[in-house]
Amino acid sequence: MTLLEGELKQTYRLEHMELEEDISRRLQMLGMTENASILVLNRKRDGSMIIKVRGTRFAIGRQYALGIYVGGMGNA
Amino acid sequence: MPKSQTENVINVAFIGNPNCGKTSLFNAYTGAKLKVANWPGVTVEKKEGHTQYHNHDYKLVDLPGIYALTSYTMEETLSREYILGEEVDVIVDVADASSLERNLYLTLQLIELGKPVVLALNMMDIVEERGMEIDLHRLPEMLGIPVIPVSARKKTGLNILMHAVAHHKDKPIDKTEHHHSEGQHIHKHHDEFVLVYSDEIEDKIDAVKIKLKESYPDMKNKRWHAIKMLAEDEEICGKYPLDLSDIIDRSYESDIIAQKYDFIEEVMEECMVNRTEKSEKTDRIDAVLTHRIWGVPVFLGIMAFVFFLTFMVGDWLKGFLETGLDWVYEETAHFLIWCKASDWVVSLVVDGALAGVGGILSFLPNIFILFLALAVLEDSGYMSRVAYVMNHIMGKLGLSGRAFIPMLLGFGCSVPAVMASRTLENPKDRLRTILVTPFMSCSAKLPVYVLLSGMFFGKYAMFAAFSMYVIGMMTAVAASLVLSRIMKAERVNNLLIELPEYKAPNARSIWIYVWEKIKDYITKAGTTIFIASVAVWLLMNFGPHGMAADMTDSFGAHLGKLLVPVMKPTGLGYWQIVLALLSGIAAKEVVVSSLSVLYGITNVSWAVGMSSLAAMLGAQGFTGINAYAMMLFCLLYVPCIATIAMIRQETGSKKWPVVSVCIQLGTAWIVTTLFYQIARLF
Repeated sequence: MTLLEGELKQTYRLEHMELEEDISRRLQMLGMTENASILVLNRKRDGSMIIKVRGTRFAIGRQYALGIYVGGMGNA
Repeated sequence: MPKSQTENVINVAFIGNPNCGKTSLFNAYTGAKLKVANWPGVTVEKKEGHTQYHNHDYKLVDLPGIYALTSYTMEETLSREYILGEEVDVIVDVADASSLERNLYLTLQLIELGKPVVLALNMMDIVEERGMEIDLHRLPEMLGIPVIPVSARKKTGLNILMHAVAHHKDKPIDKTEHHHSEGQHIHKHHDEFVLVYSDEIEDKIDAVKIKLKESYPDMKNKRWHAIKMLAEDEEICGKYPLDLSDIIDRSYESDIIAQKYDFIEEVMEECMVNRTEKSEKTDRIDAVLTHRIWGVPVFLGIMAFVFFLTFMVGDWLKGFLETGLDWVYEETAHFLIWCKASDWVVSLVVDGALAGVGGILSFLPNIFILFLALAVLEDSGYMSRVAYVMNHIMGKLGLSGRAFIPMLLGFGCSVPAVMASRTLENPKDRLRTILVTPFMSCSAKLPVYVLLSGMFFGKYAMFAAFSMYVIGMMTAVAASLVLSRIMKAERVNNLLIELPEYKAPNARSIWIYVWEKIKDYITKAGTTIFIASVAVWLLMNFGPHGMAADMTDSFGAHLGKLLVPVMKPTGLGYWQIVLALLSGIAAKEVVVSSLSVLYGITNVSWAVGMSSLAAMLGAQGFTGINAYAMMLFCLLYVPCIATIAMIRQETGSKKWPVVSVCIQLGTAWIVTTLFYQIARLF
């Protein structure tokens, strides 16, 4: 599933990304590497969301959330 | 300075992730008063300063924050180029200790560069507050570099940090043995490097190094260059062309990043004790401020409160200042008369210079309150949230929510706001943001609103003034939409911004921010506005036949009358108003000082002066509709000269400042004409 389908206050494990090369690299450099856990803190109807990765909060747009594939991990 | 003169000077570069406290640290050492705030991207240009410690001179360079030595935006390119250059003796990697895991990625990249690096762990007080501990013995062991805990806010650890810088100036990175890779690599890289990659990557690094040695024998730190070539770094591959097709079959950047984070996880596991994250407070605040429905209304409410404070509390404080200024006018006039100065000298000083400058200075309390409120917002951590809250609206305009930050800064001043667009990755987004930002109502326009709404709208004055901010924002949004159609921008939703923890605004940071703005305002009153006031007085008192006995025969009147036919449809077809608007191109406050000089009113900004000016304007047929039209025109017409110069600098072209002026003039004329022509029907 993509992060866009992620539910509020759920933690997911990053599986892979299907985004443009430079965007993927940028996200990886921010800690969004394979198996990194992602906690969904806030989400809006337009698909943008606030996530927490490696102790840091990021706001990401729908386009990015749609390209990040995750697997379930459980509650926050 | 030539190298010979700088031999005893240690060049120290402050680098680190955005919003980790580099500028606070730089200010603490140098006594500088650079702006600091709690959102990523405050620093967008390189700043230099000096400090001394134990007979050593240090040149400190504060660089814009970066997450990695890879450049996506203008300010990241600037930092990367400086760090890779020859000038740096020691790199001080400033890390936010409370977000150490993410900060260490850049640290590892800097270590690989091979230059002396000292890690400054800032915000240790926050780590302690959260009940976490960092093992400060194990961390330097694992990283092979000195690690110094500091607090820029409390000014602790500063001497020890400079001590470490002096000691490690010529020392290479210490070798370490701590990466737990189980590789069987034939070389003893674990004895040589802090971070050792998988055997596959290490083999390739070694192979590339051999080729680099053959082709570029003088190259320093071939390992770093080899790693960059494996990552297919465009700049490095372009600078050192090599045929590596037999070694590199794909980009290994992903692997390199992942393995760096594997190592960081090991470091965190060993060095971070009690890794709990007590961040519920931020989550609770975010639940309200970034709520999917209430987020936008809350933002608008906050801005309305900011402007309420600016107008209501600012006006109350203004009364005290006006009493003082009134005394200055009277005493100056008495003194000049006592000195037997001629009438025209008294008029030039009192009705020209003092009326103009004093008229502007009396708005100082409003300006103070506005910047104080904006500083509190910026230092609290709310600024990046606004990017998230506004993202869906900005997305419809083909812009990321991040583009809203420069626009919001435009409420203060358009010059730094235009510069803040550097944080946007897409050049087209940057250009559009630069072109629409001056539509936001900057603080320089505030005196115009206070004066005109105070004269014509009585108890509704605050609403009339506040409406300018809403109209400015709506015009910027509409202009952005039109520009996105013209530039064929796609609808995107690619926001990416770090959201810092909320914190109580720091009194010192806020004082620095507000004081610098107040200083700028007073300086402008003493320079631009003083000169403009004298110039307007001269234009009004001299004409083709020498000193003009009748103002309608002055150069100013002739100049104003030339443009009256053009301005008539806007409701501003009065030569005095036209002249005031023309002078406002220098700085928007000059519109007020010019009205003061043009109508010969020394105390234009307080009740007596306002009613005199209102009566004089009324006698010319200038009503509330004309006043609102003038406020609208001032809101939308040409940016001030400083903003035009900044647009020229940031776009690197003469075309765009011209385009910006044309867009704004055209918009101002059309909007004001539409308003005036419709309003007079009722």
